[in-house]
Amino acid sequence: MATRGFFGRRPSDEVARRLPPGQYRTDDFPVLAKGPTPQVDRATWRFTINDGPRPLASWSWAEFEALPQTTWRGDIHCVTKWSKLDTIWSGVSIDDLLQAAAITPPSAYLLAESHDDYDTNLPVADLVGGKAMIATRFAGMPLEAEHGGPARLLVPHLYFWKSAKWVKGLRFTPRDEAGFWEQRGYHMYGDPWREQRYTNDP
Amino acid sequence: MTADAASAPTRWQQAVIERIEAQTPRVVSVFLRVPLGPRVAGQHVDVRLTAPDGYQAERSYSIASAPGTEDIELAVERLDDGEVSPFFHEVARPGDTIEIRGPIGGHFVWRAADGGPILLIAGGSGVVPLMSIVRDWSTTARTTPVLLAYSARTWEELVFRDELIDIEARQPSFTFIATTTRGPKHRPQDLDRRLDRSQLRELLTRWGRAVRDTYVCGSNAFVEAVTTSLVLETGSPASIRTERYGGKD
Repeated sequence: MATRGFFGRRPSDEVARRLPPGQYRTDDFPVLAKGPTPQVDRATWRFTINDGPRPLASWSWAEFEALPQTTWRGDIHCVTKWSKLDTIWSGVSIDDLLQAAAITPPSAYLLAESHDDYDTNLPVADLVGGKAMIATRFAGMPLEAEHGGPARLLVPHLYFWKSAKWVKGLRFTPRDEAGFWEQRGYHMYGDPWREQRYTNDP
Repeated sequence: MTADAASAPTRWQQAVIERIEAQTPRVVSVFLRVPLGPRVAGQHVDVRLTAPDGYQAERSYSIASAPGTEDIELAVERLDDGEVSPFFHEVARPGDTIEIRGPIGGHFVWRAADGGPILLIAGGSGVVPLMSIVRDWSTTARTTPVLLAYSARTWEELVFRDELIDIEARQPSFTFIATTTRGPKHRPQDLDRRLDRSQLRELLTRWGRAVRDTYVCGSNAFVEAVTTSLVLETGSPASIRTERYGGKD
């Protein structure tokens, strides 16, 4: 049923095709976070892949920067309803990370973990096959702290809370364990094209 | 629709606009009658408007009213280039129906059982979820000390200003400090400059309470500046919750 007197501002067909349901386009880059921006020093930064409590591989910043670099260009979608088109990110793909450490995923799920005690759960299948990276650059520049720098996860086909800022590692889990927002009313998977924003969304 | 889906807290519901009240030159309160489930102070709702051709626009708005009230109050700031906020300022009137889903959010929330002392810091329309907390606190936990430091450009732009002054007059545990960045202060205890680190230190020293939980809400620039100062002053980022307004409208 139409809302009396509301006409809206329909985007162009080209933009509309790229916007998942309920999203609108923004040109700026909003910042959302559960708390203060942590100051993470590249000199002491480490990225660690764990299988439950057991470390499998770990990199210093310099070691991480020496891994093969990947660039991705495309659209990102925040559950708070903004979408940003044609963003450009560079970093290390999860495929390259796993390959560098000769890791075969020991389970089908993991938690991405951050320096501010944030975490978020993901199926491994959504991180491999060129779908995700640990991003260290945005639009060619070192990633700013308020956008997750030095490094954040980038999983652009899911709502952006899954792309954990200030990421310090990945932890394989035997089951799909709810992360920070997933325990606080947000969807376990978070596909923007199916508008999986909140816990009970289909 | 299955019974489960029908009872899910996040399904869209029809909400009738009961009344709209001007709060400041740029902010109106929109009172909605909608049967939301149980909620907690600090949560938000999603709003959906539908054009005659089926086009829909969705936005999130924080709830200003305390849990337990029959109506919910949203406070909507008019953004000149906005798509949804001008509707509430210029078009909407009592009796109109919009769609709502919620309540949403399980982090930037306060319950009486959480206790205090509570430090609340608002920038501009960031006061809205904090107002819900203050209103809830004033009926459920009046002995818990609360300090609200609220920054706006001018005295006239402080949303809920008179109600906050009234609560402060009635509740000895509630301290309200207004800080105006582009206009004079109106009371001796207020500030007439940006909330920087030295201002925050002075406020906290004057208040003299050991803060348990801090809630900061406003624009990203405001929240970044305040939380950076707070972390330097208190060294405890884990007790600080933030909510940042971003995007357009």
